[in-house]
Amino acid sequence: MKLKSILMATALTGVAAAASAQEVTVMSWGGAYTKSQVEAYQKPFTAMTGIKVNSVDSDNPATPIKAQVEAGNVTVDVADVEFSDAVRLCDEGLLEPIDVSMLPAAPDGTAAADDFIDGALQDCAVANIVWSTVFAYNKDNNPTAPDSIDDFFNTTDFPGKRGLRKSAKATLEMALMGDGVPAGEVYDILDTDEGVDRAFAVLDKIKADIVWWEAGAQPPQLLADGEVVMSTAYNGRIFNAAVAEGQPLEVIWDGQILDFDLFVVPKGAPNKDAAMKFIAFSTDTQRLADQASWISYGPARKSSGALVGKYSDGKTDMAPHMPTAAANLGNALVNNFEFWVDKDAELNERFNAWLAN
Amino acid sequence: MSDASAQSKQLLTTVDGKPLKAALAHAQSRAKRKAFFLVLPLLAFILLTFVFPIGQMLYKSINNEGFTQTEDFDTNIKTPIMTNLKAWFDANPAGTEPNEAAFAALAADLVVLKELKAPGQAGTRINYELSGSRSLFTKAARKADKLEAPFKEALIELDEDWADPALWQVMRGASSSFTSNFYLAALDRERAYDGSIQMVNENRQVYVTLFKRTLFLSLLITFTTFVLAYPIAHLLATLPLRYSNLLMILVLLPFWTSLLVRTTSWMILLQSQGVLNDAMVAMGLISDENRIQMMYNQTGTVIAMTHILLPFMVLPLYSVMRPINPSYVRAARSLGATSWTAFRRIYFPQTVPGIGAGALLVFILAVGYYITPALVGGADGQLISNLIAFHMQKSLNWSLAAALAALLLFGILILYWLYDRLVGIDNLKLG
Repeated sequence: MKLKSILMATALTGVAAAASAQEVTVMSWGGAYTKSQVEAYQKPFTAMTGIKVNSVDSDNPATPIKAQVEAGNVTVDVADVEFSDAVRLCDEGLLEPIDVSMLPAAPDGTAAADDFIDGALQDCAVANIVWSTVFAYNKDNNPTAPDSIDDFFNTTDFPGKRGLRKSAKATLEMALMGDGVPAGEVYDILDTDEGVDRAFAVLDKIKADIVWWEAGAQPPQLLADGEVVMSTAYNGRIFNAAVAEGQPLEVIWDGQILDFDLFVVPKGAPNKDAAMKFIAFSTDTQRLADQASWISYGPARKSSGALVGKYSDGKTDMAPHMPTAAANLGNALVNNFEFWVDKDAELNERFNAWLAN
Repeated sequence: MSDASAQSKQLLTTVDGKPLKAALAHAQSRAKRKAFFLVLPLLAFILLTFVFPIGQMLYKSINNEGFTQTEDFDTNIKTPIMTNLKAWFDANPAGTEPNEAAFAALAADLVVLKELKAPGQAGTRINYELSGSRSLFTKAARKADKLEAPFKEALIELDEDWADPALWQVMRGASSSFTSNFYLAALDRERAYDGSIQMVNENRQVYVTLFKRTLFLSLLITFTTFVLAYPIAHLLATLPLRYSNLLMILVLLPFWTSLLVRTTSWMILLQSQGVLNDAMVAMGLISDENRIQMMYNQTGTVIAMTHILLPFMVLPLYSVMRPINPSYVRAARSLGATSWTAFRRIYFPQTVPGIGAGALLVFILAVGYYITPALVGGADGQLISNLIAFHMQKSLNWSLAAALAALLLFGILILYWLYDRLVGIDNLKLG
């Protein structure tokens, strides 16, 4: 009798829990970036709707998404992915389409479709930030401060190890820009066999000095430890290490590569409705502006720009740290997603072969 | 004779008149069935979690349906694609110049692809073998229903790559879901236009190098663990129990520590700003500018993996050394053998089963090692398993990953067979 009542009670609480505990699982890139999303999107979302948000991390959320959908075992509801991955996954039918009309309008009444910057709204994806791959250096370990992308690939005048992301994307573009190719011509050159050879030739010169990183949290660590003197990095991670943790790190904006991060919903997401609510909530004007006060990534809505103020410490002005600040766009490259959707496999294959030999 | 056997048959009955043999078989079969039921959970477990996934992996390495059918992930309904093109390929032998009929079939299939939202998937399958062709499919499918006859001109006007004979060769291969091309790719080879097999361009060759490196490093690691473990195991086996127990804990303690913790500790020790380099600089052995690079290269991989796999060599060695009677060696010495001869001819041969077991364990573990080389191996300390992980997790070319894994599996089976022929698998003692 007693056992029975315990069982009943357990079952009842189970049912009650299932009814009230709506939740949504969000996958992002970890570290300071995930923290900014937790603070700006997830906590207010839970406070407002009562829907619990589970935050999980990956080195690149696009890959587990594809694996999960193909295996028919989807555990993630919302994922934060790069532009070329969003387009590719959508093409392959792995993502839920997102209805633009569900996104809230800007405070002044501008429809969402007009408020987002060009390219930020895709069939299955909504951009939240503009970020960039930059290179940064440790002020304590560089007697002469580098000031251009050429210096990154110049180990004669700037001796020391270099950190680079272990992937063909961004690395090859930077190599070409380091070889004097202006940002506007990078993809035309990289589209030819000679251009690819040229990029690898530039990398060959510093190959022995490269320390490869894979997770976004690694480069600030490598720089702070003195393991490398310069490293490519996601600009927000360097900002965070420099401002929040007081590390002597400095970003060089010359040769930066701009990209979107977009929210997507994988096909078969267990909490699809909550996922859509989360996306609509997180990409409204105020939320995107809030996010920029936690990490130096630019909001994807035009109307958010005016609301971006100071860093969460209350004294650092965010505007000059944004990849989209006019002063930082002098020699900037916008990532060409079509190029990478097409060439990703080939160039990574060659990149792997180059690494191993 | 027949009389005697008839008599003996008659004799061998149970009390209730049944032939003894049958009764015995009956009783035994019940016992056997009971025993079988006892192992049934294990058998089911192994089938479900080991045999079935490996079978599926092997199947994936020769079968890729990317260009033959597509699955709707909402309903799990599979629909065949590229059916018209397949019919054309079946009707025309390899090497036929694609004519208007072929392009018309292709155009019809592109319309289907668009409806099913599958141009990306079909393009990806072709892209595995002919890079840059993925966008051909996505772009053409977007405009597929606006295409008009003559389709050959229409498609080539859209993108001249549609006339590429190499593309048609790859599409022909992919139109059948069974293919050996992933094995070719896993061996740095590809099919030329005429169907013959050739090496891929030199700057894309990587797998054969990595297979060789994996084999070499695994043998090296097996050897270094043996050199380090043999004296330790001997010491453990010969010391009085209270000392050897203490030493044993020192061997087992790292064994109980998480793999990641051990790998990261090696990173702290070996990196160029790490403990070892700092100590050497402080002692004046090396200058601050010339710190030794012991991490993010093969040295790092060998050092960390030797340490991590050491217990797998120590324990089997210890278990065969412990019961060796010391009086054998003493007897040899008293008969005039030098200590070297006594070791070589008396002691060492008795430890061979332990060496075999330890070496086999360490070697097989090393061949498939993934996390340690990924963390400390940098670029040239990567093993084949890191590339398998790359294709599983990043490029998502699971068929190629399966082909690489299958080759690794076959390689190990061959080595196991060789070991059996040379040393004998009966001559193996795991503990």
